[in-house]
Amino acid sequence: MIQKVYDWLDERLDLSPIWRDIADHEVPEHVNPAHHFSAFVYCFGGLTFFTVVIQILSGMFLAMFYAPDIVNAFNSVKYLQTEVSFGYIVRGMHHWGASVVIVMLFLHTLRVFFTGAYKAPREMNWVVGVLLFAVILGLGFTGYLLPWDNKAYFATKVGLQIAEVVPVLGPYVKHFLAGGDIVGAETITRFFAIHVFFLPAILLLLLGVHFILIRRQGIAGPL
Amino acid sequence: MAHERNKNDVKYVGDSRVKVRKEKLYPKPYSEYPGKTEPFFPNFLLKEWMAAVVFLGAFMVLVVSHPAPLEATPADPNDTSYIPLPDWYFLFLYQFLKYFPSGTAVWGAVIIPGFFALLFLLAPWLDRKPDRRPSKRPIATSLMLIVVAGIVFLTYEAVVQHKAQVEAMEASAAQHAQQAAPAPAPQDQGTTATFDPEAAYMQSCSACHGQDLAGTAAAPSLIALNLTVDEVVDIITNGRSGSQGVMPPGMFSGTEEQKKQLAEWVLSHQ
Repeated sequence: MIQKVYDWLDERLDLSPIWRDIADHEVPEHVNPAHHFSAFVYCFGGLTFFTVVIQILSGMFLAMFYAPDIVNAFNSVKYLQTEVSFGYIVRGMHHWGASVVIVMLFLHTLRVFFTGAYKAPREMNWVVGVLLFAVILGLGFTGYLLPWDNKAYFATKVGLQIAEVVPVLGPYVKHFLAGGDIVGAETITRFFAIHVFFLPAILLLLLGVHFILIRRQGIAGPL
Repeated sequence: MAHERNKNDVKYVGDSRVKVRKEKLYPKPYSEYPGKTEPFFPNFLLKEWMAAVVFLGAFMVLVVSHPAPLEATPADPNDTSYIPLPDWYFLFLYQFLKYFPSGTAVWGAVIIPGFFALLFLLAPWLDRKPDRRPSKRPIATSLMLIVVAGIVFLTYEAVVQHKAQVEAMEASAAQHAQQAAPAPAPQDQGTTATFDPEAAYMQSCSACHGQDLAGTAAAPSLIALNLTVDEVVDIITNGRSGSQGVMPPGMFSGTEEQKKQLAEWVLSHQ
């Protein structure tokens, strides 16, 4: 039955080449920790992606309880943390996952750098990776404000003061992010939108390009 | 009229207008590399998933044992005594900026970090010889090592300086409090005027029950307790054994009157 459904779809959509390309490609020995334990350094990229998936899933559940405005933001986070079943676990996953993503990303970047894997023909995938790094730092910065306690508020205030220092563009960037002259009601809605819609959209797009380029170019050979 | 086709016609990809290129940058198949290759699915992915499960287990232990921090009150923009601290991965930038006097902040905030970011982005074009071993690329390797060491150092300095700042702030706050009340009443006096149940909670109870009374891994939440004042006083005096282990007796040692006020304060959190 399933075979028939698949055959029907495959006849029309030519599905096989798509998944066969992902499933059947060879993984070489030098990146396989089962053969050389030191090859675990090649796992950091995959673990970064794994943690990003944790962030997306836990973030989706946090968004079911979070209210992005200055009156309710803190109370909704507190309610989630203290009252909702398993709320503190989901929030804990998102909170600690944010740090783990940065750690894994940093390790992955160092692995790529020190193995010289960015050299021709893989220059563009390095550039995409650096952009991904910037997007993830942006997610960290915008997400930090959302619990709306003093730690969040004053860190964001300082961050925006630093952004203002940028010549020419600075005041515009600050005004765009803060939505006004102070960190307040408009800031939290903007940060929420950037954190939940804008940056994740860019993140998924860049991740797609990152993975397609890996399949197109293959991974770098042994040192 | 049908299309006239001959051998010299340009070939296209599918039904597009993209011309078929003879030479493409296909990667070498891994069967040409020495060693044991294996298919990505299911062989390799299964092993990768096992590694991910170990990672996930360790991650969940961290999550469950260390609840995500949340301060007791919402943000107060008028709180001038709060010392700001960015998340840890921005600390090196924050610390770097401190070394620049206010007139030259643009160097510390934009120009120098921006220069390093640009070097980082353009690394494949700056380091273009085919050698890939770190030892064969001394400039790239040593530059990266110096930058990483610098980031570690700046982060460490930021944490140390922040701690010192917070301690200095607390010391000066305590001094102010002493000046305001030059003759602190002895502890056993038990008058309502000098006893602050919130301060007593922060000193004696908050380490286990949390500064916001929401509980920690060590002790349960004290919010919305279904107990009377006398029962709470009894627990403070004699301790109890509950679902999360044993609360030892005498964690707060004050007079009966102070215990009663502390119990009333705790029960006021519904």
